[in-house]
Amino acid sequence: MLFSENFKIALRALRANKMRSGLTILGIVIGVATVVALLSIGNGATASITESIQSGGSNLLTISPGRQQTAMPGMGQSQTASYLYFSDYELLSRTLTGDITSIVPLYQSNYTAKFGDESFTTPVSGVMEGHAQARSFTITDGRFITDGDNKSLSRVAVLGSTVAKDLFGTLPPIGQTVSINGVKFEVVGLLEEEGASIGSPDEIIYVPLETGYSKLFGDTANRNGKKTVNSILVSVTSSDDMDAVSAQAEYILRRGHELKPSEEIDFNIMSQADTLETLNTVTQTLTIFLGAIAAISLLVGGIGIMNIMLVSVTERTKEIGLRKAVGATKNQILTQFLIETVTLSLLGGLVGILLGVGIAGFFSVMGLINSVITVDSILLAFFFALAIGIFFGIYPAFRAATLHPMVALRYE
Amino acid sequence: MIHAEGLTKVYQMGDNEVRALDGASFTINKGEMIAIMGPSGSGKSTLMSIIGCLDVPSSGKYSLDGASVEMLDETKLAEVRGRKIGFVFQQFNLLARTSALENVMLPLTYAGYSGREREDRARKALERVGLGDRTHHAPNELSGGQQQRVAIARAIVNEPNILLADEPTGALDSKTGVEIMDLFQRLHKENGQTVILVTHDSYVARHTGRIIKLSDGQIVSDEVNPNPIKAGTARTEE
Repeated sequence: MLFSENFKIALRALRANKMRSGLTILGIVIGVATVVALLSIGNGATASITESIQSGGSNLLTISPGRQQTAMPGMGQSQTASYLYFSDYELLSRTLTGDITSIVPLYQSNYTAKFGDESFTTPVSGVMEGHAQARSFTITDGRFITDGDNKSLSRVAVLGSTVAKDLFGTLPPIGQTVSINGVKFEVVGLLEEEGASIGSPDEIIYVPLETGYSKLFGDTANRNGKKTVNSILVSVTSSDDMDAVSAQAEYILRRGHELKPSEEIDFNIMSQADTLETLNTVTQTLTIFLGAIAAISLLVGGIGIMNIMLVSVTERTKEIGLRKAVGATKNQILTQFLIETVTLSLLGGLVGILLGVGIAGFFSVMGLINSVITVDSILLAFFFALAIGIFFGIYPAFRAATLHPMVALRYE
Repeated sequence: MIHAEGLTKVYQMGDNEVRALDGASFTINKGEMIAIMGPSGSGKSTLMSIIGCLDVPSSGKYSLDGASVEMLDETKLAEVRGRKIGFVFQQFNLLARTSALENVMLPLTYAGYSGREREDRARKALERVGLGDRTHHAPNELSGGQQQRVAIARAIVNEPNILLADEPTGALDSKTGVEIMDLFQRLHKENGQTVILVTHDSYVARHTGRIIKLSDGQIVSDEVNPNPIKAGTARTEE
């Protein structure tokens, strides 16, 4: 007997109980829709995180102070505060070899910015000329901080787009004077809007680092009689050299900090790849977790299908008896009911995929998250639904196939 | 062509053994039209299910066309049913929401006929039972008599050697019942098919040429009926 005939029989049986069929596949529909929507949204989130990290400047190594936390805090290991100093930057820029585009230090802290009646707290970064290049900034108006500014301790500032808007509104900011923590700075440049991303410059005011040390940061930037920095950015020309440069920087700083070989380093060197990896681990864990919940709802849907198929087998006992009387073999009955269950679950799968794609699309259209629908996730959901249909269809079909024809015919 | 020897069927009902059939022996020749009679509980349904290969005896021998049946497995039995036996039931047992034509096509589907041949043969079978103009009606659009005719068409569509009818007029009024009996007699005469009627009604039984009477699982009489009632003649009591 042909597959298409079994399929026709299955469709007829499902049509006979439209309401029941619809409710039965609802579990699968919801499960599959959740899987597809979650995977698409998860993919979208990963893609947007990746993009935002890569937009922070290419091939960037970020060196920041702090021991790598290998033990739980408060477990008895003394955590002495560690710092990166301006001298570390000088040491690195003097001794670091290899294909390096720029090395720049950064000191950042929060201060009150004031213009007219506008006043709010915002991060202020002390930077050097190479910073714009290291972070791939685009200047929309004016210029960035220069070496000259640093040398002459000029009180000039470059504003991120959000800060500029908040302070000056529609007024052209170039040439205006902004008061940072009571110190007056002249605005000389504006940065292009980068949008919400990791380390976005939109909210930041950039000033010359040396000016900051002498007029703004005060004692907080001074530890053990030395000027501190928050981070040192190393921009490597080729991504192939990242590991080598990273290892070299670690070696130089280890010596500079006079660490014994047994001691752990008191600074971190992170590349974008490291950051990406960390964040991707988080998003992947979340996606798997949510996917598991969706899979459970698929499982519940499968049990629902099995339940209804068992009811259906009981209801159609007489029909099964008749089919056997006119020559249907055990296998033919088994196939018929199995195809009916698989048809149900696949129908649920298809509706679920459409619904899931719809939900993912809705998220994109609403601008919540740019979901990425992959063929993988659709295939995964489809075959999961198919597997559910086969797995939960076997038992009811087996029950139908093993009914004794005489008993089935006389069933009331 | 049908040969049974010492057919016994024992059912286990809790702690009790029920001997539904207790050593029945008989032979039915090709082309006979016979009735198996008996009150309810006499074992006639059990006998019918063994003759129809729906079940196998607990002991005894049963052969169809010289081939032994009692040792066959379920799949083989299903094939024998599909090829050699046509069933007619008291309650018609048609598939709901399925046209007369498709109901009649059902045995051919399982026998593996192609779509076109199936339809041709089903149409012819419906014509033979006088329902050539009702092929696309669903069972609920047909009268009881018409439904039973569809069931008979389904039973003969495979051209089986044996037509096995279980109380075929039991659910019909007497006028329609007579029409159905007439149809059985006609089919028997035209095709020389073996027709076996299982009934508790002696009037129905007397339409056949031989009457086997069962009681408590045993054959109590097996007699030739020299003057079968011709369907449609006035009903007379014995």
